[in-house]
Amino acid sequence: MSATIDQTALPTQEMTLNMGPQHPSTHGVLRVILRTDGEVVVNARPDVGYLHRGLQKIAERNPYGSFMPFTDRLDYLASMNCNAAYAWAVEKLAGIEVPERAEFIRVIVCELNRISSHLISFGSFTADMGAFTPFLYAIRERERVNDLFEEICGNRLTYNYCRIGGVSADLTDGFLGKVKEFLDYFEPKIEEYNNLITYNKIFVGRLANVAVVSPEDCVAYGLTGPNLRGSGIPFDLRRDEPYSVYPKFDFKVCVGRGEKGQLGDCFDRYIVRIDEMRESVKILRQAIAMIPEGPVMAKVPRVFKPAAGECYFRAENPRGETGFYLISDGSANPYRCQIRTPSYVTMNIFEKVTEGLMIADIVAVIGSFDIILPEIDR
Amino acid sequence: MEQLTALIIQKVPALAVAPWAVTLLLIGIVAFIILQFAMVFAGFGTYLERKIAADIQGRIGPNRVGPIGLLQFLADGVKLILKEDIIPTAADNHLFRMAPYLIFTGSFAAFVVVPFGFSLIAADLNIGIYYVMAVTSLVSIGVLLAGWASNNKWSMLGGMRAAAQIVSYEIPVGMALIPAVLVAGSLSTQDIIRSQGGFLGIFGWNLFHNPFSFFSFFLYMVAALAETNRTPFDIPEAESELVSGYNTEYSGIRFGFFFMAEYADVFVVSALATACFLGGWQIPFFNAASLPAVWANLLSLGVFMAKALALVCVIIWIRWTLPRLRVDQLMRMSWKYMVPLTFFNFLGVSLWVLIFKGKGIPQLIASIFG
Repeated sequence: MSATIDQTALPTQEMTLNMGPQHPSTHGVLRVILRTDGEVVVNARPDVGYLHRGLQKIAERNPYGSFMPFTDRLDYLASMNCNAAYAWAVEKLAGIEVPERAEFIRVIVCELNRISSHLISFGSFTADMGAFTPFLYAIRERERVNDLFEEICGNRLTYNYCRIGGVSADLTDGFLGKVKEFLDYFEPKIEEYNNLITYNKIFVGRLANVAVVSPEDCVAYGLTGPNLRGSGIPFDLRRDEPYSVYPKFDFKVCVGRGEKGQLGDCFDRYIVRIDEMRESVKILRQAIAMIPEGPVMAKVPRVFKPAAGECYFRAENPRGETGFYLISDGSANPYRCQIRTPSYVTMNIFEKVTEGLMIADIVAVIGSFDIILPEIDR
Repeated sequence: MEQLTALIIQKVPALAVAPWAVTLLLIGIVAFIILQFAMVFAGFGTYLERKIAADIQGRIGPNRVGPIGLLQFLADGVKLILKEDIIPTAADNHLFRMAPYLIFTGSFAAFVVVPFGFSLIAADLNIGIYYVMAVTSLVSIGVLLAGWASNNKWSMLGGMRAAAQIVSYEIPVGMALIPAVLVAGSLSTQDIIRSQGGFLGIFGWNLFHNPFSFFSFFLYMVAALAETNRTPFDIPEAESELVSGYNTEYSGIRFGFFFMAEYADVFVVSALATACFLGGWQIPFFNAASLPAVWANLLSLGVFMAKALALVCVIIWIRWTLPRLRVDQLMRMSWKYMVPLTFFNFLGVSLWVLIFKGKGIPQLIASIFG
């Protein structure tokens, strides 16, 4: 809902407000330069780059396998997905056949990580809206996912679990049982969140009709992932450009339905994530039932030198399409590694959708796009 | 106060040379007691808030200082006092220093007419409710000053929001209290409570007096939540939007003053709601006046505190459950819904009092059965 400025009223002066890089709800070191007329935002320009680490250059200076830990730092809330995306990209470049069990393990950890990432997104979004309690509920559930990951790879945040040609270690005994246990525990919790906050009148009032992104704009600006689906476009790389063992699973692509307001508003983007957690649970249940026995690592030479060539691989990460464009000149290091990250692309549309909103809505927009800063800045 | 002074002079004739000194001393003692109460309550309020929040969120909450963390507020208080008092160089020094005192004075002064018990009240003013409305308005000036003097754009936005909000919601707060005043025929908090006694027990409360006063209680609670800047109306200090609103630049004990004022406000709001709608210190089915003075006061104090604290808990519970409204939604709610509704209520109660000669539904029913 954009507030209009009455031109006939007293002349007012615009104020420039610096939101961030240190601000409680910019989810990191995002800086937004706001020009406001009182509480109404005239223009909001995001200023990114405070977390630039030159990851793409680092990739060129390291052997293929050594870049894996850096992909953890791309999107620290979904390290597994970034790990796997990079591994898939390199495997595509070198034409490596990965054992099926390894692919299943990757899908399991990716979907688990998708759940934990969406949980953080849901939690921090509600916290931004002023309800702090759901955040702690989300953290509580995420903790169990972290425990699971700790069991298989020893880490709780930056996993470095995938390897070129497979995963670093097989699943521990009883791991799948624990995942099942978690799913049984977690599935009813989604309903609890909906009862607790999703359909709360104040919450809906804050999100409905705020920052509507039309489907055309979504495509024009290259939004991907839940932000794209929130505008009603059923595009999911897992289904539409299948990779790994995803074609074996039966799952739904969740889209926004314009439930509480216009199609593509903050509420639609929010509800897509909630629905996607359910779909991830579905995929996980199928994967646990179908996982085969076998090795978890393909035979990859110690000194790994893919033939000269190039490839682009994109995977559906919790925040959208994460793509790796790799060029090999036949040496042990990639000649070029270009990373396409969804949050960075999302920032392009930020200035457009925030025009005429209130300051409080800016927070809602940042939360609903579910941006993450290390991914924006790389 | 005059009677008490006379009594003391009668007991200690030597003091007769300076009766004003006795009065002054008495005022000082009473003020000190109330200040202590306000401070301790503010401390206890933070403890209560943190514990309830922890319970709601599945955490443990403070549990280190003292038994089950009860002394946490003392540790916090000591910390706040010892912290460096930072005043930004660009701030307006005098206004910056003055703002916390104004705010604290505003909420502290309201305690004067809080009827803690049968005869436990600092001053039973005949304009009690009006007085509370007046002195708590001081808070909005303080908040505006704090926001302005900090010379920080976030603080200023917070201050502006707070001032707009407090001014808007003062109207529904005042209008929602009117039913109690009309039924009692007095603005004095003690008179209002006395009018809710009698043989009917809890049905003598203004809450059950008539449909309008029942509704008024809830309108008052909502409006009062907004006036004290508590969630879901905490937009002036909306952490995720304005960093910390008008108190962003404050540190040390100056920040502590804001903090204490907030909890003092919460208590005053609950106390007023208790006094005006929930029968105040009336002990159900007992006539406090018939008991010995000490027992009457102790019992009525217990009853009053129990009711007020229950309301405080409800306010805390609401805070940790609901998200926050947006500024325009908040204003719309005040002017489009709260104000008309409270005026409608005001009209309804006036007509009721006129038609039924001040009798409530329970009394009317009771009179049917003789």
